[in-house]
Amino acid sequence: MGSITLKNVRKAFGDTVIIPGLDLAIADGEFVVFVGPSGCGKSTLLRLIAGLEDVTSGTISIDGEDVTEAAPAKRGLSMVFQSYALYPHMSVYNNIAFPLKMAKMDKAAIDAKVQTAAATLNLTQYLQRRPGQLSGGQRQRVAIGRAIVRNPRAFLFDEPLSNLDAALRVGMRLEIGELHHKLGTTMVYVTHDQVEAMTLADKIVVLNAGVIEQVGSPLELYKSPANQFVAGFIGSPKMNFVTGAPAVNRNAATIGVRPEHIKISKDTGEWAGTVGVAEHLGSDTFLHVNAAALGTLTVRAEGEVSVSYGDRVFLTPDLNRIHRFDANGVVIR
Amino acid sequence: MGGLPRWHILSGIMATRQAQVLGRWALAPAVTVLAAWSFVPLALTIYFAFLRYNLQDPDNTGWAGFSNFYYFFKDPYFVKDLINTVLLVAGTIVTTVVGGTLLALLLDQPFWGRGIVRLLMISPFFVLPTVSALVWKNLIMHPVFGLFAGIQRFFGSHEPLDWFGRLPLFSVGIVVSWQWLPYAALILLTALQSLDEEQKDASAMDGAGPLSYFRYIVLPHLARPITVVILIETIFLLNTFAEIKVGGIGGIAGNLTYLVFSQLNDATDVGMAAAGGLVAVVLANVVSAFLVRLVGKNLEA
Ligand SMILES: Nc1ncnc2c1ncn2[C@@H]1O[C@H](COP(=O)(O)OP(=O)(O)OP(=O)(O)O)[C@@H](O)[C@H]1O
Ligand SMILES: [Mg+2]
Repeated sequence: MGSITLKNVRKAFGDTVIIPGLDLAIADGEFVVFVGPSGCGKSTLLRLIAGLEDVTSGTISIDGEDVTEAAPAKRGLSMVFQSYALYPHMSVYNNIAFPLKMAKMDKAAIDAKVQTAAATLNLTQYLQRRPGQLSGGQRQRVAIGRAIVRNPRAFLFDEPLSNLDAALRVGMRLEIGELHHKLGTTMVYVTHDQVEAMTLADKIVVLNAGVIEQVGSPLELYKSPANQFVAGFIGSPKMNFVTGAPAVNRNAATIGVRPEHIKISKDTGEWAGTVGVAEHLGSDTFLHVNAAALGTLTVRAEGEVSVSYGDRVFLTPDLNRIHRFDANGVVIR
Repeated sequence: MGGLPRWHILSGIMATRQAQVLGRWALAPAVTVLAAWSFVPLALTIYFAFLRYNLQDPDNTGWAGFSNFYYFFKDPYFVKDLINTVLLVAGTIVTTVVGGTLLALLLDQPFWGRGIVRLLMISPFFVLPTVSALVWKNLIMHPVFGLFAGIQRFFGSHEPLDWFGRLPLFSVGIVVSWQWLPYAALILLTALQSLDEEQKDASAMDGAGPLSYFRYIVLPHLARPITVVILIETIFLLNTFAEIKVGGIGGIAGNLTYLVFSQLNDATDVGMAAAGGLVAVVLANVVSAFLVRLVGKNLEA
């Protein structure tokens, strides 16, 4: 069990309003990812759900029960912090056992649970070590271990992978995805990382200045962003926005085309431009094309493309995949 | 001794061998002064301790063997002063560590005027021991003019307590604790401020209430600074002298330092005083090693 409902939740620190009023429903077993620019209130929202911050107004309920005033431990949630927040003077074993000890569980039961969690997370041989003697990935697993032994109604993750190097991040991402399938528990996950959001989420919540811009599955957000903000935020490299004549011709203030939806040709095409920097990734090539009045457009071409700096090229957007936005940035359908 | 750890840091920074040699030479004067500073007095003390050396008996010279130690231990005041020393040191440490922890927790809370309070906090540490002993004895604990006596009279007592007269050791303990409380509190406050805020959040999620948070997160974090406080205080408190002398209670509540003083001052026996000094040094090491181990075992587990 673990459905979470936020109703008209508002949060202000003094006079500074961080979240002006937000409604959100998270279904039991769902993997929900919060994304948004730095400082938009993702962590604050997560901490409100956790009970580490008090809401200014509004209600939070878990499984239909109002927990707005409940202490963090009473909400039955577990949290994994960005810096792991392990207890440095306790062994790995005692770190994982701590929530159970606080719940006054008897020693034998604690031991059984800790051993099971350690086995799941490949930590058995490190149980007697201190957190300071572990690698980043191992610390991360201890933090997850401490979170799962309580059988929480939902897990809250605040950028859990951002302190890991790229290779480890991919590995841990898979492990977290695996864990979600295995446990089937609700997970709420905050990240900056496009790929984490797209690969892990059942549902992505795009936040901007404490306001939800759009909620939907990763592909929904990719295919039909509700506004220019979401369009620019989801997808990598970023969507190209074009104003002026091409937009007016299509009855829009701005049109957006994703880099992967532009065809490049040396002979003909809708827009002309000169090739700037080309980034060769092997599987793809990212070209930054200077298209005069349109500005710099990013084009993603599959495989190797034989153009070089300064070449004159023509670009053609895929007509079915042009996003049109009005003057307020709202999509025109 | 103080030069040693720094020596290591320096040699880590200075990459080349030449620079290391240079560094060694550059440090040599400081090391020499330090060595002379601590070594010469110690060597002299050891030398005197085995010498027959009484200022009132200048003809009686030569090696004394262990007799200075023997007579120091046999001194009628020795056992009592030893017990007083241990009681004073232990009592003051317990008071200042417990009080200092509570005070540090309080000062770690956000409240209006916290900066000024913190600044005022340290002031007892700057008062000379003789001065503070005089103030406590004559203005606060005096049975007639004292503040405590005034308070007692306010509550209807006709015979206020004569602190230094009736409870001499306890009174000295209060004065010394007052002096050392700010030191303990400030060290522990600094340590508290280095405690990661996320630890609090994590323990709150894990179901730890304020008491469990203190017991399992804060206290272990303070274990090391507490050890430091204990170590430093032990060394200084074993040397408590001014408060006892000013209090005029050396005969009843004297400690080993006072006994060494009276051997020298009243009995003019330099040899025996040196022997007593050495005993005090050994005692200081034993006591502090014991205390540090005790704290380490109980808090870090
Ligand atoms: N305790 C606080 N007091 C005052 N302002 C705060 C407090 N905590 C956060 N804020 C402010 O709230 C805003 C949102 O912060 P939050 O940490 O939720 O952002 P975020 O979306 O998690 O950002 P990031 O992606 O950088 O972690 C920020 O502008 C921050 O300065
Ligand atoms: Mg954050």
